[in-house]
Amino acid sequence: MALLGRACLIIALGLAVYGAGASIYGARARKAAWIESGRRAVYALAGVTTIAFAVLIAAFIRSDFSFGVVVDHSSTTTPLFYRATAAWSSQEGSLLLWVFLLAAWSSLILWVLARKGKLREVAPYATAVLCGLAGFFLFCTIFLANPFTTLANAPLEGAGLNPLLRHPSMMVHPPALYSGYTLFTVPFAFAVGALIAGRLDASWITSTRRFALAAWFFLGVGILLGARWSYSELGWGGYWAWDPVENASLMPWLCGTAFLHSAMIQEKRGMLKVWNVSLVLATGVLAVLGTFLVRSGILDSIHAFGASTLGVPFVALIATMAAGSIGLVVWRRVSLRSEHRLDSLFSREAVFLLNNLVLVGLCFVVFWGTFFPLISEALTGDKASVGPPWFDRYTVPLALVLVLLSGIGPVIAWRKASLRGLVRNLAAPLTAGLAVPILLLALGVSGHASALIMFGCGAFALTAVGQEFWRGAGARRAMTGAAPPAALLALVRRNRRRYGGYVVHAGMAVLFIGVAASSAFANQRDARLSPGQTTKVGGYDVRYVKPTFDVAHDKRETGAIVSLGAVLDVSKNGKHVTTLDPSRGYYPSVDVAQDGPVGRFYKGESTSEVGLRAGLRRDLWTAIEPDTSRIERLADVADRKFPDATPRLSLFIAGTLAAGYAKDPPPATFRVIDSPLVTWIWLGGLIVVAGALIALWPAGLRARRTAPAGYGAQLARELGRA
Amino acid sequence: MDPSRKRKIRLVVALGAALLLAGALAYTSFSASSEAKTPSQLAGGAQPGRSYELTGKVAAGSVHHDGGALFFRVRDRSGNTSVPVRYVGAVPDPFREGREVIVDVRKQGSVFVGERDSLVTKCPSKFKAAHSS
Amino acid sequence: MLVVLAVVAVVVAWPLYRATRPAAPSARDADVEALEAAKDSKLREIREAELDYRTGKLTEEDWRAIDRRLRAEVADVLRALDRAEPPD
Repeated sequence: MALLGRACLIIALGLAVYGAGASIYGARARKAAWIESGRRAVYALAGVTTIAFAVLIAAFIRSDFSFGVVVDHSSTTTPLFYRATAAWSSQEGSLLLWVFLLAAWSSLILWVLARKGKLREVAPYATAVLCGLAGFFLFCTIFLANPFTTLANAPLEGAGLNPLLRHPSMMVHPPALYSGYTLFTVPFAFAVGALIAGRLDASWITSTRRFALAAWFFLGVGILLGARWSYSELGWGGYWAWDPVENASLMPWLCGTAFLHSAMIQEKRGMLKVWNVSLVLATGVLAVLGTFLVRSGILDSIHAFGASTLGVPFVALIATMAAGSIGLVVWRRVSLRSEHRLDSLFSREAVFLLNNLVLVGLCFVVFWGTFFPLISEALTGDKASVGPPWFDRYTVPLALVLVLLSGIGPVIAWRKASLRGLVRNLAAPLTAGLAVPILLLALGVSGHASALIMFGCGAFALTAVGQEFWRGAGARRAMTGAAPPAALLALVRRNRRRYGGYVVHAGMAVLFIGVAASSAFANQRDARLSPGQTTKVGGYDVRYVKPTFDVAHDKRETGAIVSLGAVLDVSKNGKHVTTLDPSRGYYPSVDVAQDGPVGRFYKGESTSEVGLRAGLRRDLWTAIEPDTSRIERLADVADRKFPDATPRLSLFIAGTLAAGYAKDPPPATFRVIDSPLVTWIWLGGLIVVAGALIALWPAGLRARRTAPAGYGAQLARELGRA
Repeated sequence: MDPSRKRKIRLVVALGAALLLAGALAYTSFSASSEAKTPSQLAGGAQPGRSYELTGKVAAGSVHHDGGALFFRVRDRSGNTSVPVRYVGAVPDPFREGREVIVDVRKQGSVFVGERDSLVTKCPSKFKAAHSS
Repeated sequence: MLVVLAVVAVVVAWPLYRATRPAAPSARDADVEALEAAKDSKLREIREAELDYRTGKLTEEDWRAIDRRLRAEVADVLRALDRAEPPD
């Protein structure tokens, strides 16, 4: 089977090279047959990489230990769900996932375009770019990190999947992020193609619009899932740390958001051509950079897997993409001149421009902070890094402006807004935006100015969006006399892009309100408690009721053999609020010789199982760090007494030690956090997802009526008379 | 004022604002940053009270709790020079002897005090045993 | 594995050996495509301008001016399309 996988990869590489060559030849020699052959090479590439990927997943599910990657990342004791996801926890598997996804999306866009007969001059060059990228990743997969390397003597057991990765999000978070990255390469490739072919009107944007939006969608989902995973799985209680890998995924997302907005301007007015093309090229480069940052280890991060062999090739690719992009834009700068100019600063175009500047500014801040260790090393010789406070200082004001703009954009007209209309439309949002912070101040919520301003901006944006729906439905009713719910539905259905976008804005406002509240007004306490003791957090009394333990009873299907935990009782002013049960799961280490047959149960990896009670108004979050020093000492004693204990006996002793812990528990360290409105972050995310889906949804047949021949002349005559 | 001049002024203003922001960014990043140092560099000479980002491996046998704090020693990746660290705050799940860590510390007397919640442990992707069967 | 290779080779080389060759992409096709895209975009703009007026972002006077201008622009595009692709 490994042979089949290896062969598929080599065939795929050949197809990528052929596809690029055939497409370019066909485009230059104007031979459509070669162009079509190049396109079919991409379809074949998709088929072949699918086979290879399927082979790899099958090997993991079967626990086929002749595959080196399966040995290193999975085991027979890993649950089926996680055996499948383990495929992309490895360097090799994740590269193959990248190529698989790239080939799939490339095939899709090429097939759609071929069917409609669109972009026939641009598509061949875009195909060449996509094939080039695929070829690079295939080269890395075949020669530097091959998932199909086999072992001469297959071991009987594997190392197992890192326990931190045993979370349902593992099934969605990496594929979502990689889908986002690979989908962004499609508009990138078509921008390059448009520049080479000299076809710089908006048709390349229109045809790849859905791909850019889908990329933005998947990347956003991936980022949000990563934040949620961190919050609900790791023992620190936060959801964002400005970690280099988090930032790596945020940068293309920010640029992508800017592009989605400014693309609309080019479609309508033929303006901002240089800007759009540069944004899309930057987004593509950042997407590849993001992939590289996670896997290369050049920046210190929780995700960094140490130095790898991929560093140099990736830097070469990114440098080529960046230099090539700049070169192409400079070469075509004359054709990229705008067709029109900005009519007025009081227009949606101006707001979009400002929004773009803020987003690119945010991206620059994140970029600078992320790469600062390398920058400072280059400039001063010392590797220095900046922490979250520095990031917050710049991103918070920019985020405030962004949310504010997301409220102004919907209520201002294109080209040139009437001042009267603008004032009328901004009245209600402005009132809400000012009233909310004032009201909160009056209610005693104070101390964090930026959070209060964010609440105001969020209220402003939400009111503006709500007002748009209200007025739009009202307008529809006036035109057609339909009942309000039907009018609303028809309104959204006929203006999917606009109202889908409004829903996204609303979701982002909710999300930012949640971020502001939970960052500024959270109460946290780390306490060392014995059973019966209580600690206070933000008005809540948290009492350590009793310890808990579990042996070989893997409720959450994560593979932890032993877990130690606690029951906490939370009350407020004497009234019981909730009960929390945080615990810590211990995974046995595989090194019996060093850790001892009993000791290994406690000396392997351990993960926090967070005790969380989420609510619409606030979350109560807690994690426990039990004191295992006594258990480890007793385990060492047992290991010295029974050096050749059978697995059964060792498990029994380990279990007894856990029971002993529960009977006479030493004090355990707890972290308790009371943070308001965290759920709003996830809710906001869901609203954004809904909005994106509305905007992505294909238009019905009704909207695709094309005028019959001759009608054009007739209409022109009629309009001339009007 | 004719439109093209207006446009040029707008462009200059926008570029000027961008440069100002970039300048402020660059300036504050240098002053707000903490230098990355290895244990041997810190042992060689560290200014008390100044924040450093210590990177290295957790020395074997050096981890113990006392009261509410975690004590451990960080040694060079390849070498034996190690410095003592006293840390209070969230301990990441993968924290273990022999693992690579990053922690922001300040020198206080003979010990380096870690800043709260600044301890990061590098996540090992390969979860391998020292010897394979 | 050889089967895979064979299938791939056939799929990919097929267009090169077909009797009827597909037409080469021409600059005129791309021009027509650009005009069609412009037409769609302007029609959408007309609709959106009306929605902007009805939701109170534009006064009636402003809207009528924009609407007139957009319809004239659509007429230009339609005329250009007729020239490029004469109706039969």
